[in-house]
Amino acid sequence: MKRIIILGSGTAGTMMANHLHHRLNSGEWEIDIIDERKEHYYQPGYLFLPFDIYDPEDIVKPIKDFIPKGVNLINETIERIVPQENYVSMISGDHLSYDILIVATGCKIAPEETEGMQGAEWQKSVFDFYTFEGALALRNKLRDWEGGKMVVHITEMPIKCPVAPLEFAFLADSYFKHRNMRHQVELTFVTPLSGAFTKPKATAALEHLLEEKHIKIESDFAIERIDNEQKTIVDYGGRTVPFDLLVTVPTNKGDEVIARSGMGDDLNYVPTHKATLQSKNWPNIFVLGDASDIPASKAGSVAHFEAEILTDNILHYIAGEPLKEEFDGHANCFVETGNGKALLIDFNYTHEPVEGTFPFPGIGPLRLLKESRINHMGKLAFRWIYWNMLLKGTHIPFVSATMSESGKQFD
Amino acid sequence: MEKIIAGIPVQVNEEGYLTDFSQWNQAVGTELAQEASIVMTPRHWEVITYLQKEFKNDVPLSIRKIGKSGVVDIKEFYQLFPMAPLKTASKIAGIPKPVSCI
Repeated sequence: MKRIIILGSGTAGTMMANHLHHRLNSGEWEIDIIDERKEHYYQPGYLFLPFDIYDPEDIVKPIKDFIPKGVNLINETIERIVPQENYVSMISGDHLSYDILIVATGCKIAPEETEGMQGAEWQKSVFDFYTFEGALALRNKLRDWEGGKMVVHITEMPIKCPVAPLEFAFLADSYFKHRNMRHQVELTFVTPLSGAFTKPKATAALEHLLEEKHIKIESDFAIERIDNEQKTIVDYGGRTVPFDLLVTVPTNKGDEVIARSGMGDDLNYVPTHKATLQSKNWPNIFVLGDASDIPASKAGSVAHFEAEILTDNILHYIAGEPLKEEFDGHANCFVETGNGKALLIDFNYTHEPVEGTFPFPGIGPLRLLKESRINHMGKLAFRWIYWNMLLKGTHIPFVSATMSESGKQFD
Repeated sequence: MEKIIAGIPVQVNEEGYLTDFSQWNQAVGTELAQEASIVMTPRHWEVITYLQKEFKNDVPLSIRKIGKSGVVDIKEFYQLFPMAPLKTASKIAGIPKPVSCI
């Protein structure tokens, strides 16, 4: 009996467990999936939790509900991966050897990377919304916040779901309007990038929305520290931005187990071939989702498209065939813009988000890079799709793993 | 598009970054620095040389990496190339604008 081990049962790992369970011969292959947690979190929900749009129970479910019978779910903390000897050791002292390893250990916030971030004001007037605890604490804060300067801030790139901080700013504008206190809130968006986003056409569209909503933007801001006494953020050039309520996205890093195993770069991301998803250093190790260093968005949609291609590649690898160099960096993200609207972006390594229709060229019904209500319905429907289709590895109809160029207005 | 820098025609993109590194020389760098109101010193050139070396080795650049390079710390990097140091320094160095992947 051969063994394939999946590390991490988040979005990426769970999808791989489901795909491989369908495709591998259970008489030949044992599939194990290891995670230290017992709950699966719907991370896109962290955006809605602070604004009382979702409740905690909408976004947390037991991991075991999504792992197929026939796959061993192991609830343990991984101490180290030893790729030279093809085994994984757990904190409990157990060793588990593998023929193929899939790394899906994700990434998480590292507020300790910024001086003063976890100082006296942490979770008093300095919050994150990239963790369940952070989003919940922020919800409680916002419920009785009386207004002032709200600063939405990105520490450094890359981050998970790079549009989420913008969406947060848009939803905050909408939330304060509904509570009739928008005039008491000064909203500022602070980013290390030169504009609202990294790709020119989307940046133009998003900056227009910021202006429309009276959200100020401070770009090219590389934070050095948070001054807890003055309540300001300070950049390396000495520029300061004052806040009464800071909503920050701290530095994101891959899991510590990658550092302990000596397998990552300076941010603990695993060097990975961007088209095949094979590790650059070990041919029997594959990496998907936020854990890899490929230049694609760290997002659930990316993990979904990767999982389809990686499943085929693992079968090729087992058969001794060449791997498909097929992953194109495809990402497809709804961007909440507040007031019951959203826009949709669809892009890959080489094509930036542009206007058009999706998924049917010329028809839609979704509009690319334009605000609409139906896009917002799509975003809300996505939670059902996530729990009921995406995690189970069900193919989403009409949406292919590689990006389609039709229906889009390229120059 | 073509632009005359330090008396020689070079290819630049719409943001003014050189598109062909082989057209770069120190005089071009000096003039690009002047456009950004920077007077080059030996210390500036040390940083520029480091960026060019990383570029030739296909190493993606970030503020964090430069801070850990041992060549310059982030504070000094900002003093040398104020405001958006990585972008300004990349332009002077004749290498592409750093991409932050999304």
